[in-house]
Amino acid sequence: MSRAAKDANYQKPLTRLIDVAAGPLDLAGYEAEGGYTALKTAVKTLQPQDIQGKVKDANLRGRGGAGFPTGIKWSLIPMGPNSGPKYLVCNADEMEPGTFKDRLLMEQAPHQLVEAMAVAAYAIGANLGYIFLRGEYVLCAERLNKAIAEAKAKNYLGKNILGGDWGFDLYVHTGAGRYICGEETALINSLEGRRANPRAKPPFPQIAGLWGRPTIVNNVETLCNIPHIVNNGADWFKALSQGKSKDGGTKLYGCSGLSNKRGVWELPIGTSAREILEVHAGGMKGGKKLKAWLPGGASTDFLLPEHLDLAMDFDTISKAGSRMGTGLITVVNEVQSIVSAVRNLEEFMARESCGWCTPCRDGLPWTVKIMRAIEAGEGQPSDINTLSKLTRWLGPGRTFCAHAPGAMEPLQSALKYFREEFEAGMAVVKMPESGDVCALPEHGVGAKADYAKERMKWVNQ
Amino acid sequence: MSTSPTVKLADLPKAQPFVLSDDERHEIEHALGHYPDSRAASIDALKAVQKRRGYVCDEAIPVLAEAIGISAADLEGVATFYSLIFRRPVGRHVILVCDSISCHLTGYDELKGELVKQLGIQPGQTTKDNRFTLLPICCLGACDRSPTLMVGDDLHGPVEPADVKKLLEAYA
Repeated sequence: MSRAAKDANYQKPLTRLIDVAAGPLDLAGYEAEGGYTALKTAVKTLQPQDIQGKVKDANLRGRGGAGFPTGIKWSLIPMGPNSGPKYLVCNADEMEPGTFKDRLLMEQAPHQLVEAMAVAAYAIGANLGYIFLRGEYVLCAERLNKAIAEAKAKNYLGKNILGGDWGFDLYVHTGAGRYICGEETALINSLEGRRANPRAKPPFPQIAGLWGRPTIVNNVETLCNIPHIVNNGADWFKALSQGKSKDGGTKLYGCSGLSNKRGVWELPIGTSAREILEVHAGGMKGGKKLKAWLPGGASTDFLLPEHLDLAMDFDTISKAGSRMGTGLITVVNEVQSIVSAVRNLEEFMARESCGWCTPCRDGLPWTVKIMRAIEAGEGQPSDINTLSKLTRWLGPGRTFCAHAPGAMEPLQSALKYFREEFEAGMAVVKMPESGDVCALPEHGVGAKADYAKERMKWVNQ
Repeated sequence: MSTSPTVKLADLPKAQPFVLSDDERHEIEHALGHYPDSRAASIDALKAVQKRRGYVCDEAIPVLAEAIGISAADLEGVATFYSLIFRRPVGRHVILVCDSISCHLTGYDELKGELVKQLGIQPGQTTKDNRFTLLPICCLGACDRSPTLMVGDDLHGPVEPADVKKLLEAYA
């Protein structure tokens, strides 16, 4: 049985050829399943603008986390015979905590990404492209390099592709760590061989990106949709969401943490979080209740069990006060501590700050310090207030890029929903004379200084 | 108070001349061919040296910088930014333990505790016999197999504390 026959209705275009036990298809196998048809159609019968139009009509939104419409991103790139060198970059720097979807696409369907990049490059008129792959994805690098070599030998890449006058070279660039490389402009700096500090926007990369030239940076999953849109059209793509969302297509959803099953599943975009958790992930492990969940990575706000029936798409999850992000859910059960989870998330974000702007470089370690104290039961009464101030000081508009505002999302939602857990982390002290138990007061001036002295007496004992 | 130096200048280690092997040179030249601007090969060049020598020694920086056509200070800036470019010697096997949220929720603390116990080192350190270096790492993108870690290029998961001893034995 051919792999495609398992998905005769073509409802799971991204994963329909994936068979983890059998491994990825080589070029011949991929071609036998209809691979590189989209590239042939594009180069032989379509103008670049036709493909851009299809992608725009399909309402494909970026799958890297931000959900920006891909067609609109592409339409900002200068076209025409005098538009000069342009570049296509695939963001394959998958490091968002709790996210493991692009690894699947690259390990198990490398030719799909290679074809997708060739079609996308044709659509924007690029002759050179890079897959910016995180260095730890060793198997992805091996399989992508093999696929690129095979495609080049068959003239799907290289000069005069399929006899036309357009050529496209594609290389895998492997990174050397640092989460910030996933930020679009930091990725461009890193690819140029610089420190991965984000760049000021505008100008946006579509106007001045890699080496100052117009550049499109798209996520792996976003790109993998392109050949299917070219093959089957915008209306087919929009129908894939089965009316569950006004966005088009499918989405790689997933679940991790203490759920019964953990994995990635391709489902119509707009599938409810409840279906993902209860049907595909088999519910919570050990009969424990769900306490909170992150919709798609470390930089999304926590949501509650009452939000499970929401459609997992960009607009619906935004309205509930979070972001869909990468769409891979992380679940926290009733016995796990939110304070501890937030401490972990903030430690990650503090370590991964590039250090370029002050609020992020200094604010995140401050957050970590407070979270550690609260987790250890040594919080001070002013700490909760300081944390909520930090969520504003490190919020949108206060920092150079989205790293620190993203880091504040789980914190602000945890403060909103689980304030009592933070309050439970306040230090208590027994007063020497009365024996009363009271919260540890602030270090202070004036009237509060007596309390501070009292505290030191106890600390020194 | 004594004014004599505690260490004699003559006793300090002398810089060894750094020479790129043919292998390294070939790999760097290959990478340079991928980019219209040679600077973009910085990370590839650093990795080419690290792959063969375990880490990037001080003497390698000016040599690589010259090969790429940028200043040594610029290349040092790049080398010290990235967490997986090692500017100090590491053990024969580098253990990267994922400490991100999914692993945190499924047993990272216990796994790290067992590694620290078995190896007798803290994250960031190398065992005395130069066999292992223990480092934290960003989410390894294998949350369906958490808690996870990598030893060299090998991904392992889920790793229970009880599995650690046997797992380490496989790396001499």
